[in-house]
Amino acid sequence: MAFVAVAGSLVLLAAACGSGNSGSSSSGGSSTGALDGRGPITFATGKDTSGFLPKQIAAWNSAHPNEKVELKELPESADAQRQQMVQNAQAKSDAFTVLNMDVVWTSEFAANQWITQIPEDKVPDLGKLIPATVETAKYRDKLYGVPITSDGGLLYYRKDLLTKAGVTTPPATWADMLTDCQKVAALPEAKGMSCYAGQFEKYEGLTVNFSEAINSAGGVIVGKDGKPNVNTPEAKAGLEELVNGFKTGAIPKEAITYTEEPSRRAFQDGKLLFLRNWPYVYSLANKTDGSSKVAGKFAVSPLPGKAGPGVSSLGGHDYAISAFAKNKATAVDFINFMASEARQKANLEATSQAPTWQSLYDDPTLGKQFPYLAPLKASILGAQPRPKVVKYGDVTAAIQAAAYGALSGTVAPDKALADLQTKLQSLITN
Amino acid sequence: MTATAPVVDRPAKKPKREQRFDEGTGRLAAVLLSPTLVVLALVVLFPIISALRESLFQSGQHLDANGFVVQGSTFVGLQNYADIFRGDTGHRFWNAFYNTTFFTVVCVVLETVLGVAMALIMHKAFRGRGIVRASILVPWAIPTIISALLWKWIFQADGVFNAIIGTQVLWSTDGWQAKLSIVIADTWKTAPFIGLLVLAGLQTIPAEVYEAAKVDGASAWKTFTRITLPLVKPALLVAVLFRILDTLRIFDLPFVLVGPHKDSVETLSMLAYDEAFNVRFGPAAAYATVLFLYVAVVAYMFVKILGADVIGEARAKKPGGGGGGKGWRRKNAVKASPGTSVGAVSMGGGV
Repeated sequence: MAFVAVAGSLVLLAAACGSGNSGSSSSGGSSTGALDGRGPITFATGKDTSGFLPKQIAAWNSAHPNEKVELKELPESADAQRQQMVQNAQAKSDAFTVLNMDVVWTSEFAANQWITQIPEDKVPDLGKLIPATVETAKYRDKLYGVPITSDGGLLYYRKDLLTKAGVTTPPATWADMLTDCQKVAALPEAKGMSCYAGQFEKYEGLTVNFSEAINSAGGVIVGKDGKPNVNTPEAKAGLEELVNGFKTGAIPKEAITYTEEPSRRAFQDGKLLFLRNWPYVYSLANKTDGSSKVAGKFAVSPLPGKAGPGVSSLGGHDYAISAFAKNKATAVDFINFMASEARQKANLEATSQAPTWQSLYDDPTLGKQFPYLAPLKASILGAQPRPKVVKYGDVTAAIQAAAYGALSGTVAPDKALADLQTKLQSLITN
Repeated sequence: MTATAPVVDRPAKKPKREQRFDEGTGRLAAVLLSPTLVVLALVVLFPIISALRESLFQSGQHLDANGFVVQGSTFVGLQNYADIFRGDTGHRFWNAFYNTTFFTVVCVVLETVLGVAMALIMHKAFRGRGIVRASILVPWAIPTIISALLWKWIFQADGVFNAIIGTQVLWSTDGWQAKLSIVIADTWKTAPFIGLLVLAGLQTIPAEVYEAAKVDGASAWKTFTRITLPLVKPALLVAVLFRILDTLRIFDLPFVLVGPHKDSVETLSMLAYDEAFNVRFGPAAAYATVLFLYVAVVAYMFVKILGADVIGEARAKKPGGGGGGKGWRRKNAVKASPGTSVGAVSMGGGV
């Protein structure tokens, strides 16, 4: 009850804030069609831990004194950010103009008409961005946002140990990876090490890892037609790779509790030969202040797959415009400014977040500074978005339940996939 | 005549005037209290009524041909409530209901035992008592969400707990160990709360009562069960009631320590949160209402059966000294003081 009371008062508060914010110009309000109106806008984003975002915004503000952007920092956790944006939309408040959204929220926000459709000709550089990232900002083939950052899974591997075992190239398939593990296991240095780990705790990371396993084996969770199709031999083959990994001990038992950080620590402590994780791990694992035992001893490659290179799940963020905001013309310009090559380059250099411009991955000076850019480009170019569905929260919960049951050995893979198919059908059909 | 008429009338009006005086006071009180009542209505009554209303509606569950969610909410009557108890959601609900009840019973029993023990220790006079008191209260001072994070680190695969017990138990995976980790963390955090309230109760017990018991040659256990427990009962009952109400709403500890969507620790608040998070406010309000009713029924039964004096109603019954609270304790204190004299007499007899 207290929860409802709090939620109720929050909505009230949001409504109060919204109506208190008297607009500076143009109509705005709930008209979702035209992108018109110029003047000050707000930018709602998760907590900026790098300290670089205010500088980016200052660059815009000094060039546009009459259309200043005000930064509205939301909590650090993605769930809390989404919640505030949903509450803002529920109250039809114009407090947020531009929303920094996780790529998986697009369908829900677009279907509820909480964000405005953006005509593709309003975004001049769209064709120069990596196509897979642009896909994340689309709902039913219409553009609702512009991808600003991207993210792809990478395979971190112990180059020193592989070299010592006589392996010169990183594995391209799971079979290669397991063979490499057996070779390394014979070394005295490999005592107490496990072969591979990803993120298998019951949370969004499990959806990512499960999708990657299934996509890498040629299966899908939700097909191109928007219908679930996960009860297939390909999907089963993908899931069984992970299940067998747990059974044989190639994946350590404790990996069922791994989120990004514990898995990173395990790799840094020299407990893992191979680790699937995001690019952010690269600089942390290379720290020479003693926090990492593997600094300078590892390298990265694209994820392995069933018969060839694997398929990563796409991460990253899109900027979208709240349907209830004012000054949408300014908002489009600001988004284009942030999406520009120069701004993305500056952001990459300052925060090492993956950009969405193809050209930045091919820049040799950047490549030297961030050695993971080349494998990351390969990872992102071949990446698949997670299921694009309106009820993403329910769908990801269903995926996590099925994957967790199979990985912890309580449900057989066949049954887990069959149950998931049934559950997804009920969630996606209406 | 005109001069005498009011004089004649006056005695008849007198009682009326007194009434008017009372009415005036009442009106003044109402006027003075009205800001408080308005605020209460706004922050307590309105959300409750709006939640009840919300629980009868559904919205945003269907897409139109263009893939947009059909706007507006539809009145569905009690369907949200009916949905809670049937099918897949019914299974989930009863699991959460069981978990909530399990945590409440197990945690509160453990916390009560430990809390009373802590209070007895804190009550004793010894060197360094201040430090002991302060350190016992530290867990209660830490916000639940922080202690949930602390325990998450303690219970993780390569955490302190596993290092101490020497085997690797994966605490946050689904199963009995997840339940146990919640019980441990919750007990650690809230036993001091019971300890604190019981300590306050202990300090009101006059020392003579114990002296008398000593003189009578009562054992420590008898002193505890016959004197300490009955005299500390009012304070203890309030503490236990608060803990029961709190634990029935338990959310942050299982949510952070073990994680959402884990069958073995999912509670009713987590279900309500999950529905609201997926923008189904109608069902979320229905879950919250069911939880509210459950909490209300438990609280009512607790007060009725054990006679806990929560809002100080027993103070009004002081002369009768019938049920619970201060009156109850006074009666006992009065009863006890003759005991003191009896003790003195028996001592005299012994000599």
